[in-house]
Amino acid sequence: MRFVLRKLGFYAIAAWAAITLNFFIPRLIKGNPVDLFLSRVQATSPPPPEYRRALELQFGVSDDPLWVQYFGYLKNLAHGNFGLSITNYPVPVSTVIAQALPWTLVLVGVSLTITVVLGVGLGALAGWKRGTWIDGLIPSTTFLAAIPYFWLALILLFLLGSTLGWFPLNFGYDVANFTGPEASGAFLGSAIYHGTLPALTIVLSGVAGWMLGMRNMMVSTMAEDYVVMAEAKGLSPRRVMLSYAARNAVLPSVAGFAISLGFVVSGQIATEIVFNYPGIGFALIQAVNSADYPLMQGIFLIISLAVLGANLLVDLVYGVIDPRTRQEARA
Amino acid sequence: MSDVVLSVQDLTVDYGLHDPVRAVRQVSFDLARGEVLGIAGESGCGKSTLAYAVTRLLRPPARLTGGSITFTRPGEDPVDVLSLEGDALRAFRWRRIAMVFQSAMNSLNPVMTVRKQLADVFATHEPDLGRKAVEARCEELLDLVGIDRARLSAYPHELSGGMRQRVTIAMALALRPDVIVMDEPTTALDVVVQRDILDEIDRLRELFGFAVVFITHDLSLLLEISDRLAVMYAGRFVETGTSRQILDNPQHPYTQGLLRSFPSLRGDREALRGIPGTPPDLARLTGGCPFAPRCPHAFEPCTHEPELLDGVACHLFSSKAVAA
Repeated sequence: MRFVLRKLGFYAIAAWAAITLNFFIPRLIKGNPVDLFLSRVQATSPPPPEYRRALELQFGVSDDPLWVQYFGYLKNLAHGNFGLSITNYPVPVSTVIAQALPWTLVLVGVSLTITVVLGVGLGALAGWKRGTWIDGLIPSTTFLAAIPYFWLALILLFLLGSTLGWFPLNFGYDVANFTGPEASGAFLGSAIYHGTLPALTIVLSGVAGWMLGMRNMMVSTMAEDYVVMAEAKGLSPRRVMLSYAARNAVLPSVAGFAISLGFVVSGQIATEIVFNYPGIGFALIQAVNSADYPLMQGIFLIISLAVLGANLLVDLVYGVIDPRTRQEARA
Repeated sequence: MSDVVLSVQDLTVDYGLHDPVRAVRQVSFDLARGEVLGIAGESGCGKSTLAYAVTRLLRPPARLTGGSITFTRPGEDPVDVLSLEGDALRAFRWRRIAMVFQSAMNSLNPVMTVRKQLADVFATHEPDLGRKAVEARCEELLDLVGIDRARLSAYPHELSGGMRQRVTIAMALALRPDVIVMDEPTTALDVVVQRDILDEIDRLRELFGFAVVFITHDLSLLLEISDRLAVMYAGRFVETGTSRQILDNPQHPYTQGLLRSFPSLRGDREALRGIPGTPPDLARLTGGCPFAPRCPHAFEPCTHEPELLDGVACHLFSSKAVAA
């Protein structure tokens, strides 16, 4: 229990640091949201002071001391208020994020999980049956990983989407038949159909790394005495492989998975651009292109919190799967 | 001999297919029921390879290229160990020949509790045993080696080195095997713990009557615990005999050299002499006696490798035998 509390405490401090940095960094940038907004909507006559004042209130620009603003910012955050997006004015940032986030979470989350499960599984087999055909898969998957991702994605999009017509070319769902996301089987089917090709590219480009890492860990773990001992005990090869060799070899991959999991939220920006996918990465690129600071700020905050959350989760999971990391907790 | 439990004849192990390195060369021994056979030798002489060959644990690039291993229980048909495969081999393992490994530190799975690792043996070999029965057997095993039953729930990293080695010994006893092969079981432990473990092994052996193949580089230790001894050099046995014979009357110059390299507690103070030179590269054996380059008595016949005759493989004695 102390172990969990200590971890939680550490992550609470890290989250506070992230939130605070997120408050100060945009304020160090020249200009304020109102100027940015005005420069977008009108370039001719200066706006009337009342209009400017109204915008200042909406964007939360004030001349209060920084600490007052800071506490106001914290209060707004607690209410889920990230301010207004400039590009999508007057839609609040939280709404923009809420619309984009599920797409990314599902697409990248699912494809990352498939990548890791497939990579680790094949890697374990390749290490176990070193020198067989499955071990021979490694060079070909590494070849896929060596192709720059956007290029691989474009080629697959061209071949499977454009030439063969098996998959749609862009968007997260069929925009001709649905006006927006809805809770129906047909919509779900359409979303899965649109997500398959992007997911395929993510899996193809990522699986090699996991496979190679797991395969090599497997080979070195198999030389450990406890694996030989398990074999000497007469255990079935399946049990020796899973409970003794793979169980220990997978530990570094779990840590790696943690790190990747945090970046699920930031999205595969390249994927979302190539496939014109309505996820958070796409929203971030748009925000950057149009200097939409409130939106960027909101997305960055979500990303930092997601990375922290994923790391916390894996820290806790690691405590479960590797008893050695629990040592302090017992003492 | 009717009470031989394990008979090894002309066992040969190679590493690699092309230009193989012969790590174990025509090793033969008979292990009697309940006896302790000590095998001594320097690092790289092939003693661990021999242990792995006897337990059928060799992995590529190591290959068994010759010889036979026969396991016999009284009243049962002899088992040709080298012909066992698949399920038959797995069922034979641990039940008949168990093993204790070189490093106590690494022979337990770090992510499994002691309980699960002990219970694994029963789940595999006695699947009909109920959960409670398995638990009782596990507790009994820890009792045997003098470890608190509560430690069943411990992970290996929570145990000291000596305790871990006791656990592995308990594990080896799980199915009451006829033979336990011990590959340097005490090397990683300090001398006090080493003494405890040896006493423990001795006590348990009296209790259960298993035979032991005890492999170590520590000849002084072997002289004390084993009934019979084999000295290994460059993949071969160069001298065999009872511990008494070897201590009192070592014949092979290598054995004499080993005996001179540790001090005796009693008796006169003597200058210790090591053996000059280093063990030969097994990939570059010349066909002569492999010890000849380091041997103070080397003479002309040593360009041919001597056979093991009457417990010693040395021309000094075979020529005497011929002369007599």
